Amino acid sequence: MTRLTSERTVRGRRIGTIQIAGTRVAANGSGRRIGGHVQEGSGVFAVQHHSDGAAPPVLSVEHAQKTFGAVRALVDVSIDLFAGEVHGLVGENGAGKSTLVKILAGVYRPDAGRLLIDGEEITLRSPSAARNAGIAVIYQEPTLFPDLTVAENVFMGRQPLRSARRIDSASMDGQVRAVLDRLGVRLDPGRITRGLSIADQQIVEIAKALTLDAKVIVMDEPTAALSAVEVGRLFQVVETLRQNGAAILFISHRLDEMFELCQRVTVMRDGLWVLTSPVDALGTDDLVRAMVGRELVTRETAASAKLGAPILSVERLTREGVFLDVTFEVRAGEVVALAGLVGAGRSEVARAIFGIDRYDAGRVTVEGRVLPKASPAAAMEAGIGFVPEDRRQDGLVMSESIERNVALASLRTLRRWGFLRRRSERALATEWARRLQIRYGRLSDPVSNLSGGNQQKVVLAKWLSRNPKILIVDEPTRGIDVATKQEVHRQLLSLASEGVAVLMISSELPEVLHVAGRILVMREGRLVAELAHAEATEHAIIAIATGANEGASR
Amino acid sequence: MRTALERRHHENTATVTDPRRSFDIVLRVREFGIIAVLVVFVAVTYGIQHRFLSGQNITFILFDTTIFAFLALGEAMVVIARCVDLSVGSVLGLSAYLCGRLFSVVHGIPIPVVFLVGLLIGLGCGVVNGLIVAVGRVPSLVVTLASLYIIRGIDGLVVGGGVVVASSMPSSFITMGKATIFHVPYVTIVVAILIALGAYYLRSYRSGRELYAIGSNPEAARLVGIRTGWRVFNAFAVSGAIAGVCGVLWASYFGTVDSTAGTGYELQVIAAVVVGGVAIFGGSGTVIGAALGALLLETINTALYVLGISSFWDSAIAGVLLLVAISLDHTITLHVTAARRKRGNRLVT
Repeated sequence: MTRLTSERTVRGRRIGTIQIAGTRVAANGSGRRIGGHVQEGSGVFAVQHHSDGAAPPVLSVEHAQKTFGAVRALVDVSIDLFAGEVHGLVGENGAGKSTLVKILAGVYRPDAGRLLIDGEEITLRSPSAARNAGIAVIYQEPTLFPDLTVAENVFMGRQPLRSARRIDSASMDGQVRAVLDRLGVRLDPGRITRGLSIADQQIVEIAKALTLDAKVIVMDEPTAALSAVEVGRLFQVVETLRQNGAAILFISHRLDEMFELCQRVTVMRDGLWVLTSPVDALGTDDLVRAMVGRELVTRETAASAKLGAPILSVERLTREGVFLDVTFEVRAGEVVALAGLVGAGRSEVARAIFGIDRYDAGRVTVEGRVLPKASPAAAMEAGIGFVPEDRRQDGLVMSESIERNVALASLRTLRRWGFLRRRSERALATEWARRLQIRYGRLSDPVSNLSGGNQQKVVLAKWLSRNPKILIVDEPTRGIDVATKQEVHRQLLSLASEGVAVLMISSELPEVLHVAGRILVMREGRLVAELAHAEATEHAIIAIATGANEGASR
Repeated sequence: MRTALERRHHENTATVTDPRRSFDIVLRVREFGIIAVLVVFVAVTYGIQHRFLSGQNITFILFDTTIFAFLALGEAMVVIARCVDLSVGSVLGLSAYLCGRLFSVVHGIPIPVVFLVGLLIGLGCGVVNGLIVAVGRVPSLVVTLASLYIIRGIDGLVVGGGVVVASSMPSSFITMGKATIFHVPYVTIVVAILIALGAYYLRSYRSGRELYAIGSNPEAARLVGIRTGWRVFNAFAVSGAIAGVCGVLWASYFGTVDSTAGTGYELQVIAAVVVGGVAIFGGSGTVIGAALGALLLETINTALYVLGISSFWDSAIAGVLLLVAISLDHTITLHVTAARRKRGNRLVT
């Protein structure tokens, strides 16, 4: 048995003595040594912390369990959140993180286990009970009221009141404006939220949590839809909140964020607690291994792909006020990334190419033939596939089955005498579910039952089954866990090697650098740079995307 | 080259310095639109037939509108919460008959008590609707379609072939609806005040705003801790109670009640609500708009009558207005979304 003791400081704050003892990560782990300490007879191992013993945790979850029908979403999860600490939570999709979040939010009640706030047991019977207990939750998917104003969205259900219990809208707007200023965001509190970008919607969610003055703030992948600059701003806010004594549970698939922001991190897998450790005691590989429970296959690179003739060319494409004079081409066998800040016009260009939005000038040609404007049908006919950014809204029919969704873009080839044959739908879906390794119960289950990563695979399957010549993917791995992300990357690369032209939009720079052979950077609606795989670095892309290299003010 | 971006930038700052306005205009545009159409209609009709604006005719239009506008108040609350109440016509009919009968069963019963009875009958129906929708989680379209037939059936059983005639009701009750000041029925004034209160409630009270929240995104409403079931239940209860009171008004105004009273009103009320700018899938619109919608449809109805145009045109025009209203909604939504998208690119400066 190894034992090591160390003193450490995290961000200038002394956390205390950390004892790491024991040898295994988890009962069902791979036997890797990361550290862990036998917890009183529970069969799992933990790292002891806060041995200065001053403050009890603000919130503890002890051995929470939750089952939905036959699915055991949470098997046994314990977690302690301390004031003034950002606690990272990672795990693959389906690890049970979102279930844990909903338990903390008062949406679900655990089947077993205890919830303690300031050392006292509490039962959260409803979302408002959680709110009253000082827990604020920022959900993964923004849950806004599109018909109401930003301010109303922030304060819904707890609006400030004046005489006769009337809503004090002036004070409401004022408070929201103050919070938005604090976030450094220019957003009008009186504007209705319909039509806001996902990033802005996320900002509204964050503002909601901030105005609560919560003791515990749970953030379920708040950065998934944000650009690098916005993430930076969010981190500043989180840091301020932490310094003011809030306990923050921060969930993200971006592991670098764990190291940047968190003091401690907990890993979950298959509804089980795997480990909790100070963040600096771990490396990225340790985290990934703990999450996945196995070694990841080494990364493939994009550089080696053989290029064919240009298949998609976009010439001087312009849409008034959105993007301007965009020209580029994508060759067969190539993965081209469109990088840039959220709102730089990348998705809009993609939507215009696929014919969802109109454009005012310019043209799109596929293999030398001009594509008619504003006709997705024509784009599909020409061999373009489009995986949209918002898969729940635009990519899937959530209530329909997996097989129906997979078959949706191939109906013409599946029908006989004008009738769709369920058998061929199922055959197609089975084939692609196998190829993309979609994890599902039955093919007739609605896609809403699947985890985010598997939903995305269904969208991919839908288009891949058409054998596209060109595949446009918009944020293909948003909200997807590391392992699935790699699968998606591998899939994109293997498509390219089969001669498909891939145009990828991504806000995740590591992904861009990893997958793309060529990187186009957009800023404020214009294509401002093109970088080859070899010369591209995160720093270079950010500099160009933000205009930092031109000395623009920030 | 630079202009598009600069303009966008400019718009950005404009919205910041000029908060609430754009939002308010979008909301109010509809009410202005209805008033404009109304004015044009009245002017044209008056130009052709001066009789249209006679005091008697105005009273006539206002009284008819009063019942529809009042029903629209309850219906709008339900529709805003992304539900629909198809039972209001049947509830009105049942209440009208039972309350009319009450005068001959209990001699000398005070009129306010009759109103209270009407309200309770309606409330009872609304409570049942609301319970099944909120607790049973059955779509309101199905629930109230069923109660439309059930209540009408009960009405038929109770009424049989019978009719309540004006002579069986006290004359003070019959004349009550016809009392006017400057050709405006008192009842209209009372209902107008109630609608104004309703509008204020929906605007300025948490529970009112929560109805909009539920209609806008029911799932999100649950997540922020709104008791959605309770709110929806209340909306149905109010809608039912109002329909019950309208039944009493109906009995007073028409004097003769048989088992067909109020048949088809539900669709006319929903038409008024939608023409008045309440989104059929909830989340937006105002009860004042709904009331104006009722006034517009009623005015058109009367205008065609006065002009001697076949009343078949009335239905056709109501239908056209409905289509215009819905496509207008759609266009405005698209427009707002597009405008937001264009401006949505928050620039990092």
